[in-house]
Amino acid sequence: MQNRRVRFFVGLPTFVWLLLFYAIPMVVMLLLAFRHADANGDIGATWSLQEIRNLCNPIYPKIFIRTIWLAVTATLLCVMFAIPISYQLARMRPRIRNVFLMLIVVPFWTNFLIRIYAWKVVLHPDGFLKSIFVAIGLCDPDAILLYNSGAVLTVMVYTYLPFAVLPIYSAAEKFDFSMLDAAKDLGAGSFYAFRRVFLPAIMSGVTVAIMVVFIPALGAYLIPDLVGGASSEMIGDKIAQSVTTKRNLPHASALSALLMFGVFAPLLIGMLIRKWRQRAQGETMVTNRDVMKGAF
Amino acid sequence: MDTPILRFENVTKCYGNNIVLDNVSLSIAAGEVFSLLGPSGCGKTTLLRICGGFERPDEGRVYLDGVDITKLPPNERDVRTVFQSYALFPHMTVWENVAFGLRATGVPRDEIVKRVPRYLELVQLKGFEQRRPGQLSGGQRQRVAIARALINQPKVLLLDEPLAALDLKLRQRMLMDLDAIHDEVGISFLFVTHDQQEAMCISDQIAVLNRGHVEQIGRPQELYEAPRSSFVASFIGDTNFFEGFVTETQGDYCNVKTKDGFDLYLYNDRHLNTNTPVSVSIRPEKFTISLTPPTDTDQKMNVLQGEVEEVVYLGAHTRFWVRVGGHRISVVKQHHAYGLDERSITWGDAVWLTVGADKGYMLDRNGSMGE
Repeated sequence: MQNRRVRFFVGLPTFVWLLLFYAIPMVVMLLLAFRHADANGDIGATWSLQEIRNLCNPIYPKIFIRTIWLAVTATLLCVMFAIPISYQLARMRPRIRNVFLMLIVVPFWTNFLIRIYAWKVVLHPDGFLKSIFVAIGLCDPDAILLYNSGAVLTVMVYTYLPFAVLPIYSAAEKFDFSMLDAAKDLGAGSFYAFRRVFLPAIMSGVTVAIMVVFIPALGAYLIPDLVGGASSEMIGDKIAQSVTTKRNLPHASALSALLMFGVFAPLLIGMLIRKWRQRAQGETMVTNRDVMKGAF
Repeated sequence: MDTPILRFENVTKCYGNNIVLDNVSLSIAAGEVFSLLGPSGCGKTTLLRICGGFERPDEGRVYLDGVDITKLPPNERDVRTVFQSYALFPHMTVWENVAFGLRATGVPRDEIVKRVPRYLELVQLKGFEQRRPGQLSGGQRQRVAIARALINQPKVLLLDEPLAALDLKLRQRMLMDLDAIHDEVGISFLFVTHDQQEAMCISDQIAVLNRGHVEQIGRPQELYEAPRSSFVASFIGDTNFFEGFVTETQGDYCNVKTKDGFDLYLYNDRHLNTNTPVSVSIRPEKFTISLTPPTDTDQKMNVLQGEVEEVVYLGAHTRFWVRVGGHRISVVKQHHAYGLDERSITWGDAVWLTVGADKGYMLDRNGSMGE
């Protein structure tokens, strides 16, 4: 009893924090979607389904699909780059490894906005990246590197890569590399050993990496706003526009709610079905990893 | 000996300035259990890793069944390793672990389904197919590692201190089981250990390694009864060393005067000359201990008189430490027949030790062979 009371008080601040700053604002946001903005950009006094109906705007499905496509592609690229990077980091001698870990973290000391503007310089039609590409014949002199989906994707991968590397590295660091020796000893080629022994062992890190990249990538608006163009708008841009230039908070709320339910409801349902199935099978060993695997 | 299945030829390996293996040559016959025995840092594990393909020797060659495998990667060698840490794959079940080597080498599925149960049975792990390594005891994990290594039917099985992580009782049982498995599969085992009892128990041949070179190769009995260096004599079993020098030779025999001032009459199989400094090794069980002076002595018997300082009764035998002059001699007395009513030797007793001239071994002082 004593123990339970202690646990209650220890957990209380976190609970209150989550309630005040996450749960309540979310409910407020969901409720706002059922109001409508008045002429002054304030929130109207009465309930209405107007903004829900406004979601049927024909431009949205396209933007929606593009948002998911960009977020999924950015996540996949980040994870694909992060796995070999983490493998190398984990195999390095500690002193060199710390230097490289430092180098991964160093960009965070520069303001995010400045780093995106730096990319604008790099990708600029007169920028050095393009002149190099043209010089080695990789792209046409008339090609545009900036203000399209490619630019958005590039900068997103750049921005989120460290967030993918750190969890995967932390899983790889715990990996017992003698297992790769064992796999090769048993006749496995390097790639087979990597895929069948190393990858499953770092799966927990990969799952975390997918989440910490996919979720912010889905809501990204600064990157598409600055390096993207009209053809690469994401749903985050639309939400930001609704809040700032259009002064229509209810519409922004409705869009946010749609994004949230559109993306997370399928994941949640998948997770529940998996859990229910496991219970039906009478499986006792439901590890966190299994649940997460079901989610993605 | 017919053509060896595995042969190391002048293998040398250095890490920086540190010579780990110094010109090691060994031959392992088909079907035998060959042990590499030595203290930690003697290079035995490095030799095993060279055989497995995880290290390249700086010089020398390794031949498997007559073929030079020195430069082949691990997955192209027909040898399998049981790692000290077992290195089982934690995310796979026992079945999947054992099947790994077959899957990795593209063995067809119906062959895998046939072979896995056979090898699980060999290591007595039927019924554990769906467990994961985390749900197994140390001994069971060991068995999985052995089955996993054997399933590809390698020409040689390499075992790197396979029993080090197990407790004593389990270790003895695993040794017996390993022996049974060896009889069953009939391939050569190359067994690395620092434990001389393990090595003696299971091996057909033992190579004793010390600081990167081979001290002696032989059957367990040869190493025990005829050690060629004081390192081997002290590493395998207990022994008493007497430092001294040869004072007089008489045909095949000689007199040795020890530093503590008593004379030993010994068989001089190396024909050492007078004044050669020697180390004499006499095993504790070679002495006979008694409360009364021996009656039937001839010239070939050494008789020492001393006082019992320590007695440890161990059931099958009793160990005594007897002070003779400046020496503390370890003596083991076997109890072939133990009368509870007989007067047993105890602390402070004056005793006579007798040892035959043929029971001691003379080694030169530097630990290598004399001459």
